[in-house]
Formats: sequence, structure tokens, C-alpha cells
Amino acid sequence: MLTFILRRLLSAIPTLILVSLFVFTLQKLLPGDPVLAMAGEERDPAVIEYLREKYRLNDPVPVQYMNWMGNVLKGDFGTSLRTEQPVTTLIVSKLPVTLELSIFALLIALLIGIPTGIISAVRKGSVVDYSANIVALSGISIPHFWLGILLIMVFAVKLRWLPASGFVPFREDPLQNLKTLLLPALVLGSGLSGTLMRHTRSAMLEVLRADYVRTARAKGLFPKAVILKHAFRNALMPIVTLTTLLFGELLGGAVLTEQVFSIPGFGKMIVDAVFNRDYAVVQGVVLCVAIGFVLMNLLADVLYRLINPRLRTAA
Amino acid sequence: MNPVRLLTGALLLTVGTTALAETTLRIGIQDDPDVLDPHRSRTYSGRLVYTALCDKLVDVAPDLTFVPQLATGWSWSADNKTLTMTLRDGVTFHDGEPFDAAAVKFNLDRARTLPDSLRKSELASIDHVAVVDPKTVAITVKQPDATLIAQLSDRAGMMLAPKASQGDVGSKPVCSGPYKFVQRVQQDRIVLERFDHYWNKQAYHFDKVIFLPIPDTSVRLANLRSGDLDIVERVAPTDIKSIKDDQRLAVYNTPGLGYMQLMVNVANGDKAKNPVGSDKRVRKAFELAIDRDAINQVVFEGLYAPGNQPFPQNSPYFDKELPPTQRDVAKSQALLAEVGVKPPVNVELKVGNTPVSQQVGQIIQAMTAEAGFNVNLVATEYATLLNEQQSGNFQVGMSAWSGRPDPDGNIHQFVTCKGNQNDGHYCNPKLDELLNKARTVNDQAQRQDLYRQAMAIVADETPNIYLYFEPRLIVANRKVTGYVPSPDGLIRLANVSFAQ
Amino acid sequence: MNAIATPLPSTLQPRLRSRFLTKFIKNKGAVVGAVVLLLFVLAATLAPWLAPHDPLKANFLAVRKAPSALYWLGTDELGRDLFSRLLWGARSSLLAGGMSVAIAMAIGVPLGLMAGYFGGKLDALVSRIMDALLSCPFLVLAIALGAFLGPSLTNAMIAIGLSAMPIFARLTRGQVLSIKHEDYLEGARAIGLPDRWIILRYVLPNVLSPLVVQATLTIASAILAEASLSFLGLGQQPPSPSWGSMLNTAKNFMEQAPWMSIAPGMAIYITVLCFNLVGDGLRDALDPKD
Repeated sequence: MLTFILRRLLSAIPTLILVSLFVFTLQKLLPGDPVLAMAGEERDPAVIEYLREKYRLNDPVPVQYMNWMGNVLKGDFGTSLRTEQPVTTLIVSKLPVTLELSIFALLIALLIGIPTGIISAVRKGSVVDYSANIVALSGISIPHFWLGILLIMVFAVKLRWLPASGFVPFREDPLQNLKTLLLPALVLGSGLSGTLMRHTRSAMLEVLRADYVRTARAKGLFPKAVILKHAFRNALMPIVTLTTLLFGELLGGAVLTEQVFSIPGFGKMIVDAVFNRDYAVVQGVVLCVAIGFVLMNLLADVLYRLINPRLRTAA
Repeated sequence: MNPVRLLTGALLLTVGTTALAETTLRIGIQDDPDVLDPHRSRTYSGRLVYTALCDKLVDVAPDLTFVPQLATGWSWSADNKTLTMTLRDGVTFHDGEPFDAAAVKFNLDRARTLPDSLRKSELASIDHVAVVDPKTVAITVKQPDATLIAQLSDRAGMMLAPKASQGDVGSKPVCSGPYKFVQRVQQDRIVLERFDHYWNKQAYHFDKVIFLPIPDTSVRLANLRSGDLDIVERVAPTDIKSIKDDQRLAVYNTPGLGYMQLMVNVANGDKAKNPVGSDKRVRKAFELAIDRDAINQVVFEGLYAPGNQPFPQNSPYFDKELPPTQRDVAKSQALLAEVGVKPPVNVELKVGNTPVSQQVGQIIQAMTAEAGFNVNLVATEYATLLNEQQSGNFQVGMSAWSGRPDPDGNIHQFVTCKGNQNDGHYCNPKLDELLNKARTVNDQAQRQDLYRQAMAIVADETPNIYLYFEPRLIVANRKVTGYVPSPDGLIRLANVSFAQ
Repeated sequence: MNAIATPLPSTLQPRLRSRFLTKFIKNKGAVVGAVVLLLFVLAATLAPWLAPHDPLKANFLAVRKAPSALYWLGTDELGRDLFSRLLWGARSSLLAGGMSVAIAMAIGVPLGLMAGYFGGKLDALVSRIMDALLSCPFLVLAIALGAFLGPSLTNAMIAIGLSAMPIFARLTRGQVLSIKHEDYLEGARAIGLPDRWIILRYVLPNVLSPLVVQATLTIASAILAEASLSFLGLGQQPPSPSWGSMLNTAKNFMEQAPWMSIAPGMAIYITVLCFNLVGDGLRDALDPKD
């Protein structure tokens, strides 16, 4: 198993180098000049030239890339052009926010997705199954930013139950923290619970068809016990792997949700940085997300192998 | 009892008591400020924060006159070459360092010499700054500069603590304003707390002031309605009607200094080679096809001030004689016929990709079509728009200017031959002469006359078409009392408090 | 592993088709989805005749009017008829969905076919690049590409297409690998048929069904992605409507004119839902199990 993990980590290195190269090139191709945007309304030509020198934007692009990569290997992702904060600091301060949002959303998704998935599978073909499927698909099909604005209008403006946007760190005010995160987590979790529900359902169906469940049923075991003890436990494995994989997707899904709810996390940082042409931030954050994605994939594979002994020997 | 509930209860209790003990004002702003160093920052949002954080030598009153802040008085020498300023007594910076003439010299020199200072052009006329005595400073200029006081009323006149400002200022600015810097979380909040040794501390009533950047206007407003914010700035004019129905909210509407203009590319590269770029009559025809009042009614609910010049109506330099251009389609068509261009005249109009810019662009497109123009709207991201305008990749570009209290700041750099913002490369030596002269004259009547002559040229040759002035729409919870709005839209917190 | 469709020699296709149709028709959700989509496509095609008003004609005297007998869905911020704009907007949105997937498939499928069929260094290279692209979140990639290309509907389609492309490359490659050693392919190679012929005549038809399912589902996400890019100002540009750009404008008037956002939001939701239903139906019907 250890060799498997090591091999996978090694093979991730070229992927990550490609990601960095790709993000870097794309950045350079973006029209618009970050320095011009930085030079303010007055656009003093001397300042523009100074800033270009300072951020070494006059160097040939390959040299810029090598410089950046060299610093990244030393753990330095550069500084934000807009606010002059180190990108590493930005990442460290924003990662917990997005992680908390993601975990919250994932919890909601698990709480909704798995029970409905089980019920749908058990009552396959019933009205319950059909309506659960439609609801799950709706979660996937609804434009999330739209759902977000509708929720703000209803819960923050009309009913005044929850704050409309913003974020309060958990250690400052736990209650307010949960209040601010509830709506965005619901939005983010809605799509996820749909996906989870559908996968739980098919995993459960697969297991319910299996011989040992039929035997258990034939032995006259109580249906609930059969479902929970035998069927669900076996269906859990593919669900666990899927959940790890969904985590990477969550980070991507946070982009618009954070934008709508003004949550200072990764997603908002990326979008703002792209529009402000804040090169160092875009590069650093995308590389980080890619590393996280690769690690999550690896975790999914490891879990899958642990759960499925047949694959373990095949490796 | 359940330990979790006990804990939550205890926490609620602490939150409850702290809320009673201290007062916090929450201000919703449109975007996250850039680096918090007055000499290097560029965003309007940054200026909103500085108003509470950093005092300036001079302040601007609501009637656009200049009033003392850190300087209690000033006078020009007889030859208009030396400005002598008397400084306020008993002022200290947030770190305890005293404020004196040496500090003023340090700050003005820093603003003039820091390589990436954005204040250099604002202070370009200064030759040197001399410390006369601890409470007097003398600023000598290369040539008379009528705009200097105005420059010192903004970021160029903000005072940083010299010792604390040797290194990194942007992440922890040390100034002398009524509130001091506590913490900044990018894209989330900037927290300031009351400075106990402020020279005028009895006028400031909040323990904490928090600025929260929320870009979406409807979400910003939703936060105000739900009580999570106390004041929001740059409210959408279309929201005002519903706000006025809300008993808990108060609207402050002041005519602003900033305007929207259409800049025409008349000589910047090949893109200028078209009827609009090469013939002033075609530009005039384009302007005649636009109904500024209709734009104001449709997009801004009649709250904006249509404008035909770069000076707002509350400015002493506003030219009342300049006839406002009324929409006249027949005249517009006649002008096109006179020039001999066959309609439709194709015009490419670059606008920002924000909904409001696009809305205005679409109205202009619809209006000018009736006069025989075929406008092709090209929506461009802000960062790209700047670049394309500067490199001449535009025919007509719609861009906003945040406005300055002194008239020079609203016109000089846009229409003089070498102006930094003159992206259309319009050039008329006669106009340059007038505007350069207006910079050096301190007498208001004489300056008014110079600007009147300058505006006559601009109106005739139409290198820019001025559209409207944007009012500063600020909405606050009614419990916020004592707030006095100002044309620059900045939120001055002196004597502002929560009603009991 | 079993989820992958077992490949069948191309001669068996007709019988498969009839079985597929019976199975698909039995799936009520998929049929409803297909019918609704058909109606939407029809409405989009017939927009010039169906629309009661000119979708671009501004009427400054009827700005943001609530739904009425004259304007069935109300008017927008420039007094244009929302129902007419919704019909015309269907064109842009459906086109965006279809075209992005076409772009994604046009690049992704050949890459996947070649990588899977030829293997070796080519495979390694293609797979690495696809891994790299897949490890950036889909929307982030689309936003960066959209900003790079500049705001317009065509550019949004290209950006979304390129971002979705690796999914197809990877799927195709996997499918090809799973049938690579089937007898009929080995046979074709043994009698010396040229590779290009084998790929087009034997490999492609046998990997097509999962691709069709994936394409349907990706159209759904592409329509959502177009709406998201438009929401950020990178999609369809005014005055032409798309559902996403209509929502982008409408978000500023949520309080005063909620009808402006309800109609395009619902249109996106229903369309994407239907594509997902049809995608499900296709997958079940093409699944050779049970």
C-alpha cells in the first residue's frame, strides 16, 4: 500500500508541473495589464514603469516562470499585486473558511442524500422514489447563484431570520458563524445531496439484489435490520469513495456561492483575482487547489483499495 | 444539563454583554480596498476607510470649501510661491509619536519620492518642504499652483507616523485619525477602533468601526435591511424608491463630483480613422442624438444629474452660460448630411461589462440609431478596458471619473495634449494654454473665466461627451444620527452616533 | 467495472436500437424531459414568429412593468418584453449548451480515441494533460478562459467547451481500453486494416453509447456554466438576450422587479432538469444489464 501511495504521489508531480505551466501561460495570455490597473486613476507613466520593474514583469516569460517556480518550491507563492499581502498568508487565512463551508455543505448533503437514497432504493418504483429523484435532480439542475439570491430575498430580507451575507469566524462568535454559513451551505449542499442521493440509491439497489441480502430476507429478518445492517453497510463503501471525490468538486462549487454571499474564501479570492489580474494570487490558489484535488483523488483510491481487497492484491 | 447547551448559553451571554458595553458601527462598502497606504493606494473604497483612519492637513466641507484639519491655517506668500501652514497643537499619531512640522515634511517628501507613489503627479508642483518651527511648515512650489490645497485635502495630504512608516505601511497603517487600525481580513473586513488620544475625541462616539466590502448592491442593501449593517454606500438608484418606504432607513442623496463620459478616439492610432474620430460635426451629431434626461429617468430613476461639462452644478466653476445640449434628432441628421456621410454611420462603443454600463450603452445605442448611427456595443472587462483605451483600441469609450473638488482634477488630464488620461489623443495648444494657466491662478473670478474659455473650446470640438454626474447615495439605519452627507461621498463620523 | 457498456460488433446495432427505444419509452421521466426539450427547441426555432414583441426594442415608457395582458411576463430594465426575450434567449442558451459540448467532443473524443488505441507515449502525454486540466475546478477554468478570450457568447462557448473537453477525452480513452483486446478488433488488425479505418469503423461505434449519455449530461452543466459566466458578465452581451445574461441584469432588481429573474431562472432550471432526465433515460436504456 505504501509503495502504491508513493508511486501515485510521484506520478502526480508531472501533472502539477503541467498545471502550474498551464495557469502561468493562461495568466500571461489574459488581456489587460495588472500594472495599469494598479497605477490608479492618474496612471503616472513613471509609476507604471517602476511597478513593472518591481514585479519583474519586463523579464521574458520563461524567466518569470522559472523565478516563480523556484520561489514556490521554497514555499513562497509571491505577493498579491493588489494588496501586497503574501499569497501564502492569503491562502492560509482563506482555506479554513472554504473548508468549513465545504464541510457544512457536505454534512447537509450527507444528511439529506443518504436517507433519501436508501428510502428510494427500498421503495424502488414508488411515488416516493420518483419524487425523491426529481428533487435530487432539481438540486443539480438549479442555477446555484440564482437559488442563493432567492434564499437571501426570502430568509434575510423578507423573514429576517438569517444574515444576508458575510462571514464571522467560528472562534469569534460560533452562533453567528453557523447563521452566516447556513444559507451558503444549503445552496452548495443542494447540488451535492442530489448527487449523493442518486449514488446511494444505485449502490443500495446493487446490494439489495445481492444474494446475502436475499438470504437474510428469506430467513425472515426484520426489513429494517436487513437494510441497515447488511445492505447499507455494504453500500457505504462506494459512497465513502464518492464523498472524497466530491470534496474536490465542492471547492469548485464554492466559487459562485462565495461570490453571491460575499464569503471571504478560496472561490471568491480566485474570481476577484482573475478580474483584478492579480497574477500571483491566481497562480498560487489554482496550484493549491490542484494539489488538494490530487490528494483527494489519492485518498479516494486508497479508501477504495482498503475497502475492496480484490484490488489490493491486484496492485 | 446538556454541556453543549450550557456552553452555547454562556457564549450567548458573553456576546450579549459585550454588545451592551461597546458600540460598533458597520459600514457596507462596494469593494475591497487595495493596499492601505495613502501614498500608494488608488481605490475609492480605500478613501472611505482613510476618512476614519487618517487625518489630512486640510478637509473639504460639504460646500466644497477647504477647512482646517491637521493644519489650522494657511496662507500664500505675495508671489504665490510659498504656502505657509500652521499646524494643530497636541496631535499624536496612533503609536504615540507626536505630530509636528517634521512629520509633515516626512510625509510630503515620501509622497513625492516613493518610487511607486501615486501622489507624485498631484504634488508635482512642490519644489521643497521646509520646517520653519515645530508647528509651522513652508511649502515652496516651482510655479504658482492653485490646486495644491485641494490635493492636500485628499490622500496626498494624509499624515502617517514617520517612525512607524519606515517599512511596510500597507498592512498596518499608523495615522492620526479618530480611529486606529486593528485588523484586516482580505475581501471580508477592515476593523478600526477608537483612538483615545485623538485631538477631537469627544466628537467620535463609536468604539469600533468595521468596513465590510460587499460588491453586490442588492446583497449590500439586504444586509442593511436585516440589521447586519448600519450604513451602506453606493446604493443603486433603482432601490431608492423601496428604501423610502422603509421606516427604518434614511436616504442621503448629495450631488457628486464624479461623472460619466464618452471619450472619442480622435488621433490615437488607426481606430481614430472614422467619421466620429475625424469630424467634430459627426461627434456633435452623436451628442445631439442622446437624450440625457431619458437616461437619467430610465436607468437612474431621475436621481442623477445630467451634465454637459466636467464640473458639477454645485461647483463654483460650473458654467451656467454653456447651453445644455437637448436631444435634436433632426439637427443631428442635418449635421450628418452636411458632412456627407451616408447613414448608418458605424460606431464602436466600448463599455464596461457591469449591468449599469451596459444599460446606459444600450440606451445610447437605441437613441443614436434614430439619428442614423449604427452603434456596435462592445462590453469589456474593466482591467482590459483600461488597456485598450490607452493603446487606442477603441472608437468611443465610456468611462467614469470619481471627481475632484478642484476643477483642474476633472478636466486637465483628459483633454490636454500630454494628459495621462487623454486616451483619445485630442490636442489643441490653445486649450492647453488656458488649462495650464488656470492651474497657476489663485483668484477665483479669473479662474472661472479661464475655465469658461476652455469649456467653449471643448464644447465646440467635442473630444468628450459628458453624460451625467453620479450622486453619492448613502443609506443608513435610522438609529444612526448626526451624519452629514458630503459631495465626495466619504462618510465623516464626527458627531455621528446611535440614537438612544 | 460492470457499469461500462459491453461493446458489441457493429452488425448488432439495429436490434439494439429497437430494444433501446422500448426501454427509453418506458421511462416516464425521460419521455417527459424529451418532450419538454423538444418544445423548447421548437420555441427557440420559431422565436421570430412566436415572439409577440421585438426582443431588442426598448420602450422607455414601459420600464420594469409587472406581467400583464400586453406583456405576459412583464418587461425588463429597458422596457423590453420579457416573454419575447425569453424565447430569443432560448436560442443563445440552447446553442451555448449544444455548441460547447460539440467543441468538447470534437477535441476530446479524437484525443481519447488516439490515446486509448495507440497507447504508449502519446497516451501518457494526453493523459497527463487531461489530469492537469481536470485538477483545476471546471468553473475556475471556464472563468479564466472566458476572461482571456473576452466577454461574448462565442467565447463563453469556447471556454466551456475547452473546460469540458478532458471529461470526454478521459471517458473515450477508458472505453477504448476496455474493448481494445476484443476479438473483432484483434481480427481487424490481423487482416491488416489501416488504423484510421479500424478506429472509425469499429472502435468509435462501440464506445459511442456512454459518450451520448455523457454528452446529454454535459449539455446540462454547460447551460448552467453559460449562465454562471453570464452572471459574472462574461457571457452573452447586450442587447441580445440569453437566460444567463437576463439573470445577471435581473439580480439588481430582485426587490423591485422579481419577475425579471423568475422567468429566466425557471427556464434554465427546467431545461437543465430535462436534459438530466433524458440523460438518465439514455443511460438506463443503453445499459445492457437487466
